[in-house]
Amino acid sequence: MTKRQHKLEAINLDAYYGDFHALKNINIAMEEKAVTAFIGPSGCGKSTFLRTLNRMNDYIDGFRVQGQILLDNRDIYASNVRVDELRKEVGMVFQKPNPFPKTIFENVVYGLKIQGIKDKKLLRETCEKSLRQTALWDEVKDKLDKSALALSGGQQQRLCIARALAISPSVILMDEPTSALDPISTAKIEDLIHELKQYYTIIIVTHNMQQAGRVSDHTAFFYMGELVEYSKTKTMFTSPKNERTQNYITGRFG
Amino acid sequence: MTNSEKNRLKDKAFQVFGIFCTFIGLVVLAIFLVDIVIEGVRRIDWDFLTSLPSRRAARAGILTAWTGTLWILVLSALIAFPLGIAAGVYLEEYAKKTKLADFLEINIANLAGVPSIIYGLLGLELFVRFMYLGPVLLVGALTLSLLILPIVIVTTREAIKAVPRTIRDGSFALGASKWQTVWHQVLPASFGGILTGVILALSRAVGEAAPLIVIGALAYVPFVPKSPMDEFTVLPIQIFNWTSRPQAAFLTNAAAAIIILLLITFLLNGIAVYLRNRQQKKIKW
Repeated sequence: MTKRQHKLEAINLDAYYGDFHALKNINIAMEEKAVTAFIGPSGCGKSTFLRTLNRMNDYIDGFRVQGQILLDNRDIYASNVRVDELRKEVGMVFQKPNPFPKTIFENVVYGLKIQGIKDKKLLRETCEKSLRQTALWDEVKDKLDKSALALSGGQQQRLCIARALAISPSVILMDEPTSALDPISTAKIEDLIHELKQYYTIIIVTHNMQQAGRVSDHTAFFYMGELVEYSKTKTMFTSPKNERTQNYITGRFG
Repeated sequence: MTNSEKNRLKDKAFQVFGIFCTFIGLVVLAIFLVDIVIEGVRRIDWDFLTSLPSRRAARAGILTAWTGTLWILVLSALIAFPLGIAAGVYLEEYAKKTKLADFLEINIANLAGVPSIIYGLLGLELFVRFMYLGPVLLVGALTLSLLILPIVIVTTREAIKAVPRTIRDGSFALGASKWQTVWHQVLPASFGGILTGVILALSRAVGEAAPLIVIGALAYVPFVPKSPMDEFTVLPIQIFNWTSRPQAAFLTNAAAAIIILLLITFLLNGIAVYLRNRQQKKIKW
């Protein structure tokens, strides 16, 4: 068996919102081209942790981190790291589909355009490729110049994933990507995650235990700002080591 | 009478009183409008719009007044629009929630409540006396820009606030800088709201006479202003001047000029309402 690379790694990570200690001494290493799920009750810090991985918390007044997060062994909070460069590498998909109030085409190529790319052919090709990757191309190819807001919720979310893929990141963060979707759309997104993990490192926050079981290779259980348990998903769901993990995944709280 | 009957009676009584209160303002305005229109509408003809002011009421026109008003409108928009939007964007998107930001915020809200004649005095001191610009169009426009700036800033902030957080997050997550996010997402999405606010502010400025009289705008200007450095008059000043004359014929002139001024403000407000409705239809979050 070949040893898998660690794509992302947190070392002694603490995070604070003002005085509130949101993440406590997190140590975790996430495997490349695999799916890692973060589970835990509301307010446990899993979303906060996810958002530290592409520094989305930078804009929150009073938020600060201590410790390190290594992406390909480089600390993303080092002073010489440019946040826009980091986010080209680490894409993100949000809880509620958030297409821009622009055309479908404009949505997909937004990331490229703000990098200053104007080559029409390149933009069109990237748009088609990204939409094909998210199995959306056949559904929208005839209405690329129509507003993205006219799509269904599930389509909007796949568009948001396509938009993230268009700037060719290596990591994709997903913050409860299906919590606003119906079961059929959810199944499509989960299939998509299976497809995408051949090429991308995927980290997904989910409230849905079955979803974590279905899509992830590893699962991390957070509770009260601490990483309680982290192991292969199969192991976690069949023989959790920690009592709190067991209580949570069997539905006794949360 | 039972208690429940009493309550129903009170309910009814308040309803009637409420309707009465609602209509007071409208009825008074309607009476005023009808009166003005009866008085002035026959005076409005091509000559009235294209004649220079005159001592004889029958020959006097409002050419210089409405061209002055138009100049003031356009210049004030050009000055207040960029300043107000930039300040609004800064306060809403960039400024950290510090004591300084609080201080700025409170004072901008206060500025919106300062009487317009005070702005006139400010304009007189700053632009006319200190900067030696004289009582010209540019000074009038600068003064009125100061007057409407707080309104523009406040409406800009409200419009920007209505753009959901998730849109900004989406943009940031794709590597956009703050400025790119503001330029490509926040401003386009809030532009209709901002424009509505600016137009409503301008329609207020168009009706102002006091600050312009204070800076020294004239009532009698026998030429059409050709540049921002020309002396000028505006419709409200012309109206004010005519209503203070003893001859009845000048009152008819004033009524006619009021109709033109009202048409301008109604037109502006109409555009604002149209833009707002279109914006609401276009974007549903």
